[in-house]
Amino acid sequence: MTLAFPVAMKFAVKTWSNGKARAGQLQLGSCPSPMETPALLLSTRKGLPLFISPDLLPDLPYPDSALLHVSPLHFVETMSPNIISKLGGLNQILGLQRHAFAAFPRDSVQCLPEFDSSNKLGASFDTPSGRRLIKPVDYMELICSLKPSLWATLADEVPGWVSDHRNKASVDRTVKWLDDCISQSPANGAVFGAIVGGCDKEQRKRCALEVSKRNISGYWIGGFGFGESMDDRPALLNEVTDHLPGEMPRLISGLGLPEEVLQGVAAGIDLFDSSYIYHLTLGGFALTFPLDVLSFAEEFPEKTMGIDQSKINLKATVYRKDTDPIVEGCVCYTCRNHTRAYINHLLNVHEMLAQILLEIHNTHHYLGFFQAIRSAIKEDKFERFCDMFLQKRRDHLTAAVAVGA
Amino acid sequence: MALRFDVLARFNRARAAKMTLPHFVCETPLFMPVGTQGTIKGLTTSQLEEIGCQIILGNTYHLALRPTSELIDELGGLHKFMNWPRALLTDSGGFQMVSLLHLADITENGVTFQSPVDGSPMLLTPEESIQIQNKIGADIIMALDDVVKTTTTGPRIGEAMYRTIRWIDRCIAAHQRPDEQNLFAIVQGGLDPVLRDICVKALTKRNLPGYAIGGLAGGEDKDSFWRVVAQCTAALPEDKPRYVMGVGYPLDIVVCSALGADMYDCVYPTRTARFGSALTPEGVLKLRHKAMAEDTRPVDPTCACMVCRTYSRAYIHSLVTKDAMGSQLLSYHNLYYMLQLSRDLHYSIIQGRFPEFVCDFLKKMFPNGDVPKWVCNAMEVAEIDIGAC
Repeated sequence: MTLAFPVAMKFAVKTWSNGKARAGQLQLGSCPSPMETPALLLSTRKGLPLFISPDLLPDLPYPDSALLHVSPLHFVETMSPNIISKLGGLNQILGLQRHAFAAFPRDSVQCLPEFDSSNKLGASFDTPSGRRLIKPVDYMELICSLKPSLWATLADEVPGWVSDHRNKASVDRTVKWLDDCISQSPANGAVFGAIVGGCDKEQRKRCALEVSKRNISGYWIGGFGFGESMDDRPALLNEVTDHLPGEMPRLISGLGLPEEVLQGVAAGIDLFDSSYIYHLTLGGFALTFPLDVLSFAEEFPEKTMGIDQSKINLKATVYRKDTDPIVEGCVCYTCRNHTRAYINHLLNVHEMLAQILLEIHNTHHYLGFFQAIRSAIKEDKFERFCDMFLQKRRDHLTAAVAVGA
Repeated sequence: MALRFDVLARFNRARAAKMTLPHFVCETPLFMPVGTQGTIKGLTTSQLEEIGCQIILGNTYHLALRPTSELIDELGGLHKFMNWPRALLTDSGGFQMVSLLHLADITENGVTFQSPVDGSPMLLTPEESIQIQNKIGADIIMALDDVVKTTTTGPRIGEAMYRTIRWIDRCIAAHQRPDEQNLFAIVQGGLDPVLRDICVKALTKRNLPGYAIGGLAGGEDKDSFWRVVAQCTAALPEDKPRYVMGVGYPLDIVVCSALGADMYDCVYPTRTARFGSALTPEGVLKLRHKAMAEDTRPVDPTCACMVCRTYSRAYIHSLVTKDAMGSQLLSYHNLYYMLQLSRDLHYSIIQGRFPEFVCDFLKKMFPNGDVPKWVCNAMEVAEIDIGAC
């Protein structure tokens, strides 16, 4: 039985702030309730989280956790477009009727653009099944079979340090492939046009302007998270968002850390694909930074120094006998059921359950961070939120250095 | 004693019972997943509860190494440490030592071995094993036995059997929590019926809460295997549980249950899952096989587990050996299969349709009627007519 493609996506900005940050609502056909933005996409491998078992997905905050990123490249060599279609597309294959999928090739972990090998025919990626040159026609075959709720067109992403010539070519190709993809676009599924341009403000602007001429549903911003300096980034982001229609959603890959997310939100970006949780989880880290940044800071300004730790390394021996949950008061499955001591043990004996429990908590916590961002924007306190958040992290580092001195 | 064993129904030698342990009321026959290091690989305790797991086995050797029995004790016992509300069983640590450690040796005192941490000589005595298990706090603890490979011949088998008897008395004396933890003795004696008989009688005299049949599941031929189980189940007390250690394959569990055994443990279901194999009524399904890439059916169309209700073989094929989720999903299914088998055994006996269940099981596994000879022989002794299969 072939099911209909999910209903077209609807996005609306609900709160404009004094700056460019905005809070919005994203309605995706497969989700019964709309998602609020700015929002985090959850990372997946072939549509399922790396470790969180599917029956534990409902335990995550919903609809915050409704949008999942999937890379079509995950299926290359493991599931043919034919069988994917036969099985009815992603929502059917995974039995996830209440979730929506956002498909684009780059996942910042396994599927990385290999700009040296890209050419005018297609974009090259390093994937689990080796290096692949993906042409628009092949890419669209996968997209049509996967039936995601939203998908990005194929981009030629390059890092900031390539030649001007190469960077310009990447914009030309990306715009051309945008048109190629749209022409083969399935009837449903929201199209997000890819925007590149490296670290060249002119090219960023040019790409944004070109892409916004097309009849599409949103924008996927690529080319960030390739080692460009954090100080240079806001200007580049603004160069993109300043030239995009305000009411259209913007999705970005490669901004993973909380500070980077804040940069993106400040530039008017709505959706974030991040590998932060993945790296934390694999390293045995659990997020612990306080989420109620504003109220905490306002009430106890003196106490912001030194108590804030953004994360803990549960492999450390100090946790051997710690019977507290990762974060007191956290309502995630891990914190409700298990102790730091148990996770410390699991990490020491290399048991997979450690990663499962950490991915659950870190996802829960990071979704809480996005919730805090949205609240701040709605209360028109986003700038203060950013300042307080960044200040606390700097204070912590200063305190740590002072202690060590 | 901290155990009640009530036989609710029988079919000849097979029995369905209610076993009341400090942490859980169990239904036997039952399969116990092996949670070696205080976790079942890749599954949460809530999932285990959901699929009907009643008892989990923990390995004393591994837990004593990390995080140590002292730490577990300090934090309130293994149940609390893992947050597992149901029953736990720990083995003595002896088997792992002998099989895992270089230069492990058995003397009258205990098992001598080199510490895996720094190579220094160490000794695991019956007293020490029980002490460690007292700290871990499982509902059922196993005596330290002198176990030999079933392929061993000669006087070593007899020596091990007699030593096991001497050691059970030391275990009993060392056991500090008989009101909370049930000490099971382990019958040894290799494949020799005379030795097995001596052992059964001697251990029965000690009036323990339960008995295990040890020293099997080690590569002996199937015909010898079932005969030892049959002999032991015939001789052990009726009103106490019988635990066949290290078993195993679904077929072996069905046969042993027909012969009157109640409890089983094995790493097989979870281990084979990590290699991409699923347990089904027809046998083992290798999800890695190329043919699976185009197969849109569930792993087991007759299985009600979350994995079989949701995913296709093609999708699982894409995950196995490449993504951790593949191991997780197959482990989930395989354990569900084993626990469903346990429920089927228990309820078919209760509902008076055990022989029909056995026949149906064999028909599915051997659709061409080629039931192995050893199974036929065993079923004859169990007085179950499988002629129709």
